[in-house]
Amino acid sequence: MHEVALAEGVLRIVMDAARASAATRVHTVWLELGALAHVEPDALEFCFDAVTRGSVAEGARLEIARTAGTAWCMPCGTRVPLARLGDACPACGSHQLQVLEGDAMRVKEIGIA
Amino acid sequence: MCTTCGCGDGEARVDGVSVTDAGEHLHEHRHDDGTTHTHWHVRQGGHSHVPAPAAAPHQHADGTWHSHDHDVAALATAAAPLGSVHEPGLPSERIVRIEQDILARNDAFAAANRQALADRGIFALNLVSSPGSGKTTLLVRTIEALKGRIPVCVIEGDQQTSLDADRIRATGAAAVQVNTGKGCHLDAHMVGRAMAQLAPPDGSLLLVENVGNLVCPAAFDLGEAHKVVILSVTEGDDKPLKYPDMFRAADLMLVNKVDLLPYVQFDVGAAVEYAQRIKPGLASIRVSATKGDGFEAWLAWLERGVADARAARDRNVAALRRRVAELEGQLAAADRVA
Repeated sequence: MHEVALAEGVLRIVMDAARASAATRVHTVWLELGALAHVEPDALEFCFDAVTRGSVAEGARLEIARTAGTAWCMPCGTRVPLARLGDACPACGSHQLQVLEGDAMRVKEIGIA
Repeated sequence: MCTTCGCGDGEARVDGVSVTDAGEHLHEHRHDDGTTHTHWHVRQGGHSHVPAPAAAPHQHADGTWHSHDHDVAALATAAAPLGSVHEPGLPSERIVRIEQDILARNDAFAAANRQALADRGIFALNLVSSPGSGKTTLLVRTIEALKGRIPVCVIEGDQQTSLDADRIRATGAAAVQVNTGKGCHLDAHMVGRAMAQLAPPDGSLLLVENVGNLVCPAAFDLGEAHKVVILSVTEGDDKPLKYPDMFRAADLMLVNKVDLLPYVQFDVGAAVEYAQRIKPGLASIRVSATKGDGFEAWLAWLERGVADARAARDRNVAALRRRVAELEGQLAAADRVA
């Protein structure tokens, strides 16, 4: 359940930005979570509700955009889609894959009042 | 605080002292030149600061001493509504663009730890595994084997008790116990606090035994040189496929308890192949922490790491000395002209 620590990380970033913008309320938080990122979105959402209680972000809507995983296949010498760690290259079946994208966990934007 | 498992901030302890009570905190500010710094402070009464024993401290005009990490300018919040992607859902809603990594705060502490370790030529490892893989036994045997050759310090992470730190201290090595309370992993702030308390000697080996958990510790950089994952043959050989994040984060896999191979169904070749599917080229060593099998290779790997860390620091110090000599030369030349 490291999602609690991640949710607290989100809250900290949101609170800093809300304070800097003199927000009285945070309505929406947009997150980018890569398909290969070390997080379970449902667990994060649940934890986010818990950690935001009593803050200006209480009740905020969490909008999660999942970005697809891509990897560099060394034998093919090309970029290939990777749905999850441990999968093989869809073209050649090799596991010689270097993750390129899809492991990010970022706060993109917030909607405030 | 999570209402399901209860884990969260505020319960972590370093040798029994609360991490949050100790008055140390991360602090960000912007200099006149626009550089944003993030540092951590140890508060000593009132609001005067002394530097955490991390990277090079400096004094500000107000007399405050700061210890800095310059790699974290990304922490500055870019609150520019221009270019935002989303449309407001309500008429009164304003969109603020942030673009910040969720783990930025942990990563800032980790960068400070890494810098402090590099400055002292310390080789630090983050040992991760399931509970019961034999991490502490491995540490005890490693410390005994390195006695008189390399000074070893240990940071022990567990939810509660100081049993593991006690076992390490019995070997004569310095150890600090971090209790994570309800937390499921060590984070870089806890480790920074423990490092400050432990004060490992220059050129030493620092072993951080993470909480026994094959999931959560993978996400948290502590400032270590490498994560070392330990998989024991009493577990399943398909664990690398079931818990890929940890095997992807590791730079070395130790297959422990190999003395028990005749009695268990565990295919070492398959385990290594699965691990390399997750992390191409992942190195592995077969060891027995109780019998000593494979220790030559493991100790040689450690000694290479320690030698490299010391050499990197020596190169850095030599470069600084050359730079100082160069500046002194320039100063002397300028004095002659004046």
